[in-house]
Amino acid sequence: MSHHMLDATNLLCPMPVIRTQDRVAELEPGDILEVHCTDPGALHDIPAWCRVNGHHVVDTQQADNKIIVTLRVGS
Amino acid sequence: MNTPRKAVALISGGLDSMLAAKVILDQGVHVEGINFFTGFCVEGHTHAIRNQDRKKPKRNNALWVAEQLGIKLHIVDVIEQYKDVVINPKHGYGANLNPCLDCKGFMVRKANEWVNAHGFDFIITGEVIGQRPMSQRRDTMPVIAQESGAEDRLLRPLCAKLLPETLPEREAWVDRDALYDFNGRSRKPQIALAKQFGIEDYAQPAGGCCFLTDEKYSDKLRDLWATQGEKRYEIDDIMLLKVGRHLRPRPNFKLIIGRDSGENNYLKGYRHRFTYMYGTSHNGPLVLIEGQTSDSDLELAARITARFGQGRDADNVHIDVVEQTGSPRHFEVTPLTSNEMQEAWYI
Repeated sequence: MSHHMLDATNLLCPMPVIRTQDRVAELEPGDILEVHCTDPGALHDIPAWCRVNGHHVVDTQQADNKIIVTLRVGS
Repeated sequence: MNTPRKAVALISGGLDSMLAAKVILDQGVHVEGINFFTGFCVEGHTHAIRNQDRKKPKRNNALWVAEQLGIKLHIVDVIEQYKDVVINPKHGYGANLNPCLDCKGFMVRKANEWVNAHGFDFIITGEVIGQRPMSQRRDTMPVIAQESGAEDRLLRPLCAKLLPETLPEREAWVDRDALYDFNGRSRKPQIALAKQFGIEDYAQPAGGCCFLTDEKYSDKLRDLWATQGEKRYEIDDIMLLKVGRHLRPRPNFKLIIGRDSGENNYLKGYRHRFTYMYGTSHNGPLVLIEGQTSDSDLELAARITARFGQGRDADNVHIDVVEQTGSPRHFEVTPLTSNEMQEAWYI
């Protein structure tokens, strides 16, 4: 299991979701991906994308217009 | 035991594509969704930018539909490839700069490439004969199937009974008798089917999900192409057309004026690319200036900027102007009066 980061700041949805999707495709089940965003829509859309595609949101944080969604890649 | 056949459904986030996928799911076919991001999609961006839209509940309707149906959704960035559809539509534009028939053909073609790459068997769309004046007519249905390369692997479950049999029907992967014969612009059959499925909450974009169907947006895109002298765009160009008031007071320059703090914040992200100005004596918009400007142009722009700020009735408003080269400059101007503002400036 490894920990990865993705910078999706200054992108408007659905681009943070698309970048997350493309990055997850390169990772192994169990890997952790921390996605940094600025579009508040990502707080809803990335977890929704995780739910429909079998990945798990570990944590979400929002402070000072910055959003971090951390997910674990599903199998 | 037979392995279930696999279909990919074009999911827009609206009701028709949701119903089409549901009809085929209920026949035991493995369905996954695909959604294409062209850069012209309305919903997500305006939610992110404007204050008033930030108060609305946020959801990506395509993801929401996939979640309701219990299917996977693949969102595909087609911004670059889509440019040719917008710039050179073989079948022309609709009422505005909407190349609906080329767009549908493009999306089915991309879905067909995805099907071939992922070992799926056929494609589903929510098209209904007669639903849309340009892209959903009896005579255009075969055009889309043919030009996309999908041919008879393209199934429209909501109007399949009005069309020739497709491969999934001939091979009995799906039961043609359990498909539908919806026809025309009425939404009643879809609403009744949704009720039958117990679907009560659904988005109703019905063509309103694409900025290219919007007259004002199309005017701004035409203006962009006219000033560039050719039809081309980058993603930042088409994003900026969604934001702010766009005024062209003189042929050589355009102003993009933020309408609220959300838009002002968004426009701040583009300050490195444009001359920009803002009020220092009164609150007001951030204004980007696109084009080459003289001192006289900048003074006019400053008076317009002052007009849209809280000092619109003041005798003097202080405006700072930051150009790409040189030091910031300061203007003291009298805001334009409502009579001096010309309707023709608004793009």
